[in-house]
Amino acid sequence: MPTRLEDPMTNPRTETRRDCGPRPDEPAISVSGLRKSFGEVCALDGVDFEVAPGTVLGLLGPNGAGKTTAVRVLATLLKPDAGSATVTGLDVVAEAAALRERIGLAGQYAAIDENLTGLENLVMVGRLYGMARSVAKARGLELLERFELLEAARRPAKTYSGGMRRRLDLAAALVAKPPVLFLDEPTTGLDPRSRLELWTTIEELVAEGTTVLLTTQYLDEADRLADSIAVIDRGRVIAEGTPDELKDRVGGDRLEVHLSDAAAAPRAIAALAPMSDDAPVVQRDTVTLTVRGRTGVIVDAVRRLDDAGVEVDDLALRRPTLDDVFLALTGHAAETAEDEQEVAA
Amino acid sequence: MTSRRLVSDTMVVAERNLVRLTRAPDLLLAFTVQPVMFVLLFVYVFGGAIITPGYSYEDFLLPGIIVQNIAFGGFVTALGLNEDLQKGLIDRFRSLPMARPAVLAGRTLADVVTNSLSIAVLILTGLIIGFSFDASPVEIVAGFGLLLLFGYAFSWVFALLGLLVSSPEAANSLGFIAVFPLTFISSAFVPVESMPSGLRWFAEINPFTIVVDAMRSLWIGAPAGHSIWAAVVWALVIIAIFAPLAVSRYRRAAGR
Repeated sequence: MPTRLEDPMTNPRTETRRDCGPRPDEPAISVSGLRKSFGEVCALDGVDFEVAPGTVLGLLGPNGAGKTTAVRVLATLLKPDAGSATVTGLDVVAEAAALRERIGLAGQYAAIDENLTGLENLVMVGRLYGMARSVAKARGLELLERFELLEAARRPAKTYSGGMRRRLDLAAALVAKPPVLFLDEPTTGLDPRSRLELWTTIEELVAEGTTVLLTTQYLDEADRLADSIAVIDRGRVIAEGTPDELKDRVGGDRLEVHLSDAAAAPRAIAALAPMSDDAPVVQRDTVTLTVRGRTGVIVDAVRRLDDAGVEVDDLALRRPTLDDVFLALTGHAAETAEDEQEVAA
Repeated sequence: MTSRRLVSDTMVVAERNLVRLTRAPDLLLAFTVQPVMFVLLFVYVFGGAIITPGYSYEDFLLPGIIVQNIAFGGFVTALGLNEDLQKGLIDRFRSLPMARPAVLAGRTLADVVTNSLSIAVLILTGLIIGFSFDASPVEIVAGFGLLLLFGYAFSWVFALLGLLVSSPEAANSLGFIAVFPLTFISSAFVPVESMPSGLRWFAEINPFTIVVDAMRSLWIGAPAGHSIWAAVVWALVIIAIFAPLAVSRYRRAAGR
């Protein structure tokens, strides 16, 4: 069984050549020079990436970056203008019909029929995969049990909560046990508990050998689920690597200082500036700066702030997050590109 | 894709559409109560003022109002497809290894069932308020068949509409604007002889008039002319134009 990489620092593309079964050299998903425009808008501007079998690639980027377009091309919903893509070795355009047998798609909006029950939804999808009604029903019940929806199986899906709908949507994508799964912002709009549950489910699927292409604008989601990440912005992949590789690219640790009074920010910046090569960044009442090394940093910072008479609520040294990565790579933050433009500038 | 697969996928989709209809009873009201209301309004409010030589107004009106009603039967298809598009269900269907035309074919097939229901309700209403057939059983059945064929043709028009517009509300108002005048500038409610000459010219070539005349010749013994065959040809021409357009639109359909 293909497993997740034990060492997250290793590049999965080279690593999986060793441990991924019958077709060691063949990526589960391969995308090369993909372009797609909608009128004037260029959604994909020459995208390349590969996903090794049994791993998760997180396609990370803000709204409108081209993530969904990439998924739609790979799921055979959209024909690219140029470039090529294969999934499980099948071309997404020339072999689209055969490919549809081997992929599952779950989306940002739960694509279920709200007037049908959970079971009826899954039976419908199963039969459209060509299963006999009895086979589709057995598979549907199996999935409903797995996703803890068995009790609601015979209730119309419009009575389901947001988390239940999303689980049913994911179940529908899994009816035919596809080796490759596309998840387009699977947890957008979910409450934290449902989000964690869905993450656990996705991790289980990957442990069973499913290859997952996940798009997300949540950096913690990519950090937790993805073996490798492609950061996409304005239709191009601007960085690729494991979460740790990407974090290493933005350099040292971050010192985060939460001020008691946001008005003290200028004094805090002046006091802390000598500790870093880069200018400290202020966001509301929090000052963040990149520091060299870890030893003595906190003591040094407390002394400087104390000398400057700045009162501090909390102070922490942390590894860079993917937020920092995104900010460094694109000049704007991922989740709220508009709000934080001025901070990045 | 084999034709067997097309048939089975179409049946799955048709079944889905009929099952969901039973869960949304408000839509069922649209098929039953609303047309009955129209029949009563026309017969008792306007009927006294409309002169229909040779026929009682009940006999004259019923074939006409059934044709109008059947043309609107496809509205469910426009609204349903548009909703599926907005909710991402069309994306799901298109990512499945199913026969491509099956989503539309199943949708329009479900309309045939709901159209049968509303024809039955209207005939029953008609019989209660004084409509009577002047036809052999074969003619009655043939009329029923013609209505379903014509309704099926309009379902494809509405399928295309549902895939083109951006919201169910837009489908609703556009469909209404396009079809409502067509049904009124026809022989459905008044004899075309009573209209001013320009309007009368349009009413006479209007396919609705041809279908309504065909229905009157089948059900109340009006002179047929060529209208029965012309009606069948019209329905087939509409299907031949709109079914390929709708399927081609579906292949490229993008939700949201």
